[in-house]
Amino acid sequence: MLLANHPLLGKTIPGDTASRLNIRAADDTARFSLRIDPAAVQSAGTAFGAPLPTRIGGMVEAGGRTALQLGPDEWMLMAPVAEGDGIVDAFSALGETHSLVDVGHREVGILVEGEAASLALRSAIAFDIDAMPVGTGCRTIFDKAQIVLIREDKTRFRIEVWRSFADHVWGLLQAVSREIALGI
Amino acid sequence: MLLIRCPYCEAERPEVEFTYAGEAHIARPTNPSVLSDDEWRDFLFIRSNPRGRHFERWRHMHGCGRFFNAVRDTVTDKFAMTYRAGAPRPSDEEIALAATSAATRAKDARP
Repeated sequence: MLLANHPLLGKTIPGDTASRLNIRAADDTARFSLRIDPAAVQSAGTAFGAPLPTRIGGMVEAGGRTALQLGPDEWMLMAPVAEGDGIVDAFSALGETHSLVDVGHREVGILVEGEAASLALRSAIAFDIDAMPVGTGCRTIFDKAQIVLIREDKTRFRIEVWRSFADHVWGLLQAVSREIALGI
Repeated sequence: MLLIRCPYCEAERPEVEFTYAGEAHIARPTNPSVLSDDEWRDFLFIRSNPRGRHFERWRHMHGCGRFFNAVRDTVTDKFAMTYRAGAPRPSDEEIALAATSAATRAKDARP
């Protein structure tokens, strides 16, 4: 039902002929915002089914599940949609005080891929994207919209943005991919 | 664009991710009801507003979300150092040391 209102469902920005850039809406995933005492990160990792990173910006991927540390006591967890309920159950059995909020429908994912990916992102993000290590992520600002940026590979980035800002981010990416295609 | 070092993220982040949050090291009176009106006014509104070195609070709003403290020169807008909330006000030596190490750190800064 909510997917019917997905602002970017199935959309793609094809990029230029040399395909230096390909931008597309990512497949839906389950997403959780986890707040927990950093001292309890071990047991939280057990409940999640994959270890949690222990450094801000750090990301751990295991068995299709991704955990990204955003703050001293804040993690973003992603998993395949079908596994979402299982994660909720596992955390409800966790003895530690914590907060696990399902934010799966709050955000949409955008994949920015290709040689020119960092060039495209640089148009609206203020920090040095080329210096961002592979396998890390952070919350930042894209133009005026708050996003979570993940560097999955040297030339592959993932943007997680609130669905109400998704059109804005998409429009800017469309404009910049046109500029890159034209070599401006 | 300023690059501000977040002491929690331990990274140089762009200014747009931060919000300013006023002067630092202003402790809330433990028993506000015994204060006179003038003392309460001073606590709420009277700030040092120096020309030069200023101790101030910032929040890494669009990052880790944490408040922290910074030492900034209000004339040059240069950040001498940043440190975690709750840490004591740094001494002159600590600030000088942090400013020199910031120059070397800037080379291998990660975003």
